[in-house]
Amino acid sequence: MAIYIVKRFFMMIATILIIATLTFFLMHSVPGSPFDEERTSNPTIQANLEKFYKLDQPTHVQYFDYLKSIATFDFGPSIKKPNETVNTLLARGFPISFELGMVTILVAVISGITLGTLAALRHNGIIDYSAMAFAVIGISVPNFVLATVLIQQFAVNWNLLPPATWSSRMHMILPTLALATGPTAIIARLTRSSMLEVLTQDYIKMARAKGLSPVRIVLRHALRNALMPVVTIMGTMLAGILTGTFVIEKIFAIPGMGKYFVESINNRDYPVIMGSTVFYSAFLVFMLFLVDIVYGFIDPRIKLHRKEGDA
Amino acid sequence: MVTRQQNVQAPDEWFKPKGRDAEKAESVVRPSLSYWKDAWRRLRKNKLAMGGLVFLIILTLFAIFAPMLSPHNIEITQYANQNQPPSGAHWFGTDDKGWDVFTRTWHGARVSLFVGVAAALIDFFIGIIYGGISGYKGGRTDTIMMRIIEILYGLPHLLVVILLMVIMGPSLTTIIVALTITGWVGMARIVRGQVLQIKNYEFVTASKSFGAGTSRIIRKNLLPNTMGPIIVQMTLTVPSAIFAEAFLSFIGLGIQAPVASWGVMANDALPVILSGHWWRLFFPALFISLTMFAFNVLGDGMQDALDPKLRG
Repeated sequence: MAIYIVKRFFMMIATILIIATLTFFLMHSVPGSPFDEERTSNPTIQANLEKFYKLDQPTHVQYFDYLKSIATFDFGPSIKKPNETVNTLLARGFPISFELGMVTILVAVISGITLGTLAALRHNGIIDYSAMAFAVIGISVPNFVLATVLIQQFAVNWNLLPPATWSSRMHMILPTLALATGPTAIIARLTRSSMLEVLTQDYIKMARAKGLSPVRIVLRHALRNALMPVVTIMGTMLAGILTGTFVIEKIFAIPGMGKYFVESINNRDYPVIMGSTVFYSAFLVFMLFLVDIVYGFIDPRIKLHRKEGDA
Repeated sequence: MVTRQQNVQAPDEWFKPKGRDAEKAESVVRPSLSYWKDAWRRLRKNKLAMGGLVFLIILTLFAIFAPMLSPHNIEITQYANQNQPPSGAHWFGTDDKGWDVFTRTWHGARVSLFVGVAAALIDFFIGIIYGGISGYKGGRTDTIMMRIIEILYGLPHLLVVILLMVIMGPSLTTIIVALTITGWVGMARIVRGQVLQIKNYEFVTASKSFGAGTSRIIRKNLLPNTMGPIIVQMTLTVPSAIFAEAFLSFIGLGIQAPVASWGVMANDALPVILSGHWWRLFFPALFISLTMFAFNVLGDGMQDALDPKLRG
């Protein structure tokens, strides 16, 4: 297990390094100097600016400086928003995006697993069919469409919930719903199919024969094994939710990092784009690392192995 | 013994050869089915998947022919026709430039389907070459090639795609390039897994003993037998590419007017949705959803149909 963690850790560092390198060289392949637009006809000012941002240095020196700044979490200034750096934007926006993401994951995991388990227990029943109909629709409808429909109905037509921003519990309902539906559908489908498989296994029959209550069988015996595929796709799901926040924050005018990121794409604010890409990638890769470790811990085979070793 | 022999007189015709009934000899009790025919038979029973397939065929035909037949111009702004609700003249209404949403929807279908299919095909070619070599060669080659894949697999794809799109500038080619640079990895993993499993079967050994070279074995023996999972993967790549394209369009990295994808149309419609021009969002959104739905159910159906374990 320890070897596995160490190995995964170095993989993670390698991945982040590749992303950082890719970002750096892509940034350098953009033609022209970032100060071309500034209309500084004065070559001395231009030279001074380039000196200030160390653009006069050879590429490899810039590269190592850049790696150093990433290692110290300093992603540089914004060129379109004066007095802002990528760090201040992150500090302001990321906690909100993180909250949105975490609430979404919680909702998706809890409702997805519940729905999938119920569908499997009532295989080919009404609950099963309606849950799977919901799942297929949830996978097919893009979140920006869903978000718009939700705003239209709940906020405009029925006037039940606020249509935008992120200022109270009530404000959180619609964005979370819009973002969580897709992942909920995926988790429900996965849970259902693996639950169906697990429920036919001999050890479940054994548990039934022992006379355990159905609830106990499902919760203690079946679910644990049925959830392994769900844990496996958590990584991909996190990536999906993360990119989903870009769209949702844009639609609901939530002042999170996603909104700044989309803004920076639209006005081609390169340092912000690069900085947030590296930050987001590193964050995601780190989450994947955590998921893998959790997987290692809850995988019954690995656990069994360790118990045998202890005994 | 002697008496018995005399008593039982078997007629001579009993010992004549019965003769071969040509018709009966050729008759088959159960129709013999090839893998593909069998899969098709099972797929046809799956109503949802067939519905998806029919929808996609109709969608493709409309995408090809509807823009050609449409009387409406979508290049010159027509202020007289701005923001009209659906009517006999404009079935899906018009947008803020007076363009017919019906015509634009089918132009959008061309873009979206083209992106999806192109991404799936390129993934397919890179994936089978990389995965085929990695799985077939095995040993150190495989280890190195898989290490590379593992690292690429850990990259956040859409973020890399966004980065590439920002640098290269939005266009049809860049979207496809960006999607495939990160997308082939999944296909390569599947092909490799399959090849690894099949390459030890006897018929491959037989082929080798006849002197077939690596490329021939991969092309003639291994790939045809890995086609099932590959096709399923391709069917599922198309909707995810369409989705990615819609997503990119939505955050401002889409192909611009007049020939806009569904994602761009939906994005353009967002600011005006609250002023009641619902048709501008509704139709592109409906078609994105239906297309995703069709590809997903078709992919699921094919997965079941092509699974040899379910072959009955």
